Amino acid sequence: MSATILVWALVVAQTFLAIAMGCAAFRLLIGPRAQDRILGLDTLYVNAMLLLLTFGIRTGSTLYFEIALVIALLGFVATVALAKFLMRGEVIE
Amino acid sequence: MPDSMFLTFVLALPFAGCLVAGFLPANTRNVEAWLAGAVALAGLILAGALYPAVTGGAMIRTEVEWLPALGLNLTLRMDGFAWMFTVLITGIGLLVTLYARYYMSPEDPVTRFFSYLLGFMGSMLGIVLSGNLIQLVFFWELTSIFSFLLIGYWHHSAKARDGARMALTVTASGGLCLLVGVLIVGHIVGSYDLDRVLVSGNQIRSHDLYLPALLLILLGALTKSAQFPFHFWLPQAMAAPTPVSAYLHSATMVKAGVFLLVRLWPAMGGTDAWFWIVGTAGLITFALGAYLAIFQQDLKGVLANSTISHLGLITLLIGLDSPLGIVAAIFHMMNHATFKASLFMAAGIIDHETGTRDIRRLSGLYRLMPITATLAMVAAAAMAGVPLLNGFLSKEMFFAETVAEHVDSILDDALPYVVTLAAMFSVTYSLRFIHGVFFGPPPTDLPRQPPPLPSWMVVPVALLVSACLLVGIFPAATAGPFLDTAVRAVLGSDVPPYSLKVWHGITVPLLMSLAALTGGVLLYRALRGYLSSGAEGSPGLGRLDSQRIFDWSMVFLSWRAAKTGVDLLGTRRLQPQIRLVVGAAFVAALWTLYRHGPHNGLHYGLHAGHAESSAFDPVLALVLVWLAGVWLAGAACAVGAAYQAKYHRLAALILMGGAGLAVCITFAWYSAPDLALTQLLVEIVTTVLILLGLRWLPKRFETIDVENYRVATSWFRRGGDLAIAAAAGLGLSAVAYAVMTRSAPDSISRFFLERAYTEGGGTNVVNVILVDFRGFDTLGEITVLGAVALTVYALLRRFRPAPDSIERPEQQIRESERDDALPDGQSGVALADSLLVPGLIMRLLYPVIMTVAVYLFMRGHDLPGGGFVAGLTMSVAFILQYMAGGTRWVEARLTILPVRWIALGLLFAAFTGIGSWLYGYPFLTSYFRYEDLPLIGTVPLASAVVFDLGVFTLVVGATVLILIALAHQSIRTHRPAKADVPAPIAAPAPALAQAEGQ
Repeated sequence: MSATILVWALVVAQTFLAIAMGCAAFRLLIGPRAQDRILGLDTLYVNAMLLLLTFGIRTGSTLYFEIALVIALLGFVATVALAKFLMRGEVIE
Repeated sequence: MPDSMFLTFVLALPFAGCLVAGFLPANTRNVEAWLAGAVALAGLILAGALYPAVTGGAMIRTEVEWLPALGLNLTLRMDGFAWMFTVLITGIGLLVTLYARYYMSPEDPVTRFFSYLLGFMGSMLGIVLSGNLIQLVFFWELTSIFSFLLIGYWHHSAKARDGARMALTVTASGGLCLLVGVLIVGHIVGSYDLDRVLVSGNQIRSHDLYLPALLLILLGALTKSAQFPFHFWLPQAMAAPTPVSAYLHSATMVKAGVFLLVRLWPAMGGTDAWFWIVGTAGLITFALGAYLAIFQQDLKGVLANSTISHLGLITLLIGLDSPLGIVAAIFHMMNHATFKASLFMAAGIIDHETGTRDIRRLSGLYRLMPITATLAMVAAAAMAGVPLLNGFLSKEMFFAETVAEHVDSILDDALPYVVTLAAMFSVTYSLRFIHGVFFGPPPTDLPRQPPPLPSWMVVPVALLVSACLLVGIFPAATAGPFLDTAVRAVLGSDVPPYSLKVWHGITVPLLMSLAALTGGVLLYRALRGYLSSGAEGSPGLGRLDSQRIFDWSMVFLSWRAAKTGVDLLGTRRLQPQIRLVVGAAFVAALWTLYRHGPHNGLHYGLHAGHAESSAFDPVLALVLVWLAGVWLAGAACAVGAAYQAKYHRLAALILMGGAGLAVCITFAWYSAPDLALTQLLVEIVTTVLILLGLRWLPKRFETIDVENYRVATSWFRRGGDLAIAAAAGLGLSAVAYAVMTRSAPDSISRFFLERAYTEGGGTNVVNVILVDFRGFDTLGEITVLGAVALTVYALLRRFRPAPDSIERPEQQIRESERDDALPDGQSGVALADSLLVPGLIMRLLYPVIMTVAVYLFMRGHDLPGGGFVAGLTMSVAFILQYMAGGTRWVEARLTILPVRWIALGLLFAAFTGIGSWLYGYPFLTSYFRYEDLPLIGTVPLASAVVFDLGVFTLVVGATVLILIALAHQSIRTHRPAKADVPAPIAAPAPALAQAEGQ
């Protein structure tokens, strides 16, 4: 029983995550401002991390968690760099 | 076996000495000389100890496995002939070291000199001791390089630079030809092993490729030994310090060519081609060199041309293709080395004392330096072939050999007359050397009065000259046994009878000698007036000058032809270049498809892959649908990036991030977690890197000249580009599809999967392949990575931004204006406030990320991770600190020396490879076992982990070096608007300053 719940919960979670990724990708593509795109990319990273977590739960493999961990830890670096570039005109000053 | 150990030492000692000498402090003349002398002496003693093992045709052989699969092993082999050369190299090396100690002035940077000299000694020993042809060519080229460095030692003089360049160009190109020739020989014989090549003479000579191989090998040998028509580099090399001329350009390096000829004679000699090519080159060189030597005004010029002539004599003897000729050639190599080295040293003493080498200005020096004069006279007499000296004996054998009948031809008939004439020339220039310098009235216009001569400087000359005398008077007792050993090594059991005696009775060779001596004296008397008139150059040769031809062809190749090539094929615009590259790749792929037929390419792609996939699984299907959504988004991002790339670089960059993430998820889903990790990190680092560069790209042209903008052609061009892009993209997709949808052929991957654990001790197959099975490739790759990082760094040091990006970015100007408006000087508040909270978090994350990096590294052998990924993670940690605090903030607190990281990484990797030698395994063999550590648990301890550590260190160093070099552009070019910001901005920041200091 609980296994069925888990399977369907995962399906629902993945569905919503995929929809969220679609929305983020839409922002990323359409913009209109650079800030929107950067936010879109950041959201995409967060959603990708969550999607990998659900993969991990589904397959029972911890390797997915580790990739998710690396995204969580380092995924924001690109966002910070982009934000800094927008704000100050250069990444490292 | 101690003998093979000694042999390894003979070769390794000079290189070790070269390294040590290079790192000694400057101006330590005595230490350097002691070191070099000790190395040479040790080599000599070792060679002496090895002598019993090489007599009577025996030899010593030792082999270290290098790449056994390719037949490349480090083989050292010493037979009697190699032994003779080893003694010559180390013995004369010892004397030259002693001589150089007093010859070099205290102002010269002798560290460099002795280091190169020892390096040369090692390379030369490498040539003579090689038992593998490829290895021989390697050391061959190494001698060319050290010769280049030594000729150009006084690099402030243009003559030295030109001479060095010419010598390198000629000898190194010859070396390349030799390499090709050796490869052909290896192809014919099926092995590069010298011993196997030497016994396969018949097979080589009867092969179709014999002539090309012979020509290429001869090109190598003749350029090295300065034979016609490549003789011109040797006189130019006389710009080297005299010890170098005495060592390299008389006794050793130029002998390498004739050494090789003798060495390969059993395998390649004995044909008409050999007789004609080698014999003719030798004869022309012998006569031409002697003729040119007469008319030189420079002492060293006389000696250089005489060396050319004597090498021609040896080449001619080898070309005559008879065992007796080989005996005479080997004997003359010994003799020439002794008398010519002593003559060079004498010339150096004269130069050292009087300040000039011009024969026209020198005269009557006998009164000023009687000892040197006496020694030089004896040596010059040996060079002329005067009886009771060693030169006479080998010349006698030479004459005897020229008189004997060989292939019946014009060359053979004319030989005795031509060589007598050339020998006459050599008597003339020897006489001129003695008479012009040491006799006559006292010198009047010397640049300086001779200071007292350091007595040790004469000792090497005296030793060499006494050797000339001893060998000349008691040949059979002194040189006899050694000559026999050397000859037996080359000719094997069928050594012809020869006698080393001073007096053979009245014979034809003796008459030829007498004729040459008398004729030479008469010729000198006749030419004296002309020679002292001070004319430069040799009469009769006019413009027929190989040096001129060489210069012309160099100019043609490096300037005119290159320029034409660039004009024809080159472009400075990126678009045509990329169009060409992509187009060529596309056509190549299409051609392959066409040749192998479509049925083999795409046709039945689908049937192997998912045909037998199990029953319909709604959950899996749904996941696949969503995954398809991710791909769609990723593809849209990629297309969007391409679309925006021209005018909205930032947007394109962000979109690329989206596409990369989609790829990363795909990798993760299809069970390639290590690829996903790598992709992710590369994605992040690349984004930061491009952002750093984006700041310096020129801005978009706001106004495009619409009226002159040809719409039709631009549409045409863009349409074409679109077509190319679409074709290439679709083609690549098709290839990827074709590969993925078929069952993998039984390829090499199974081998790796099966052996990864049993032989490499790791379960992460990719990592085991990288650091173990294909460790050699990885070593090459990280070397390239390091070189690229250094190149980027070097290029950016002189980087000048486009005029419109020199100004500070708009945002910063605006914010500092707002800063200025604030009350009571809260300047810099905008910068301090930006990223205040994220900055703090980023600083706190520093140790966390490092821990992750260490974790990824440690378990890389068994699970996804490894040196490359860990290195990238580590460099991200550094970049974050730079972003959070700014360059100055970080560099005030952290000392990062990326260049040292790179060096350390390479050393780690290389030493791991060398380490496996110590246990008697081939280069880069991995060793592994598991070890229980307290607290941490079972840890794999493979030697490959150290190699991986090297990869890690290098990746950190390279990434950080590139990023920091880019980041430093901002503090280099523009200064902060605030005048009260302290000054050290203009100074180079610590990390890079230290990097530069290395």
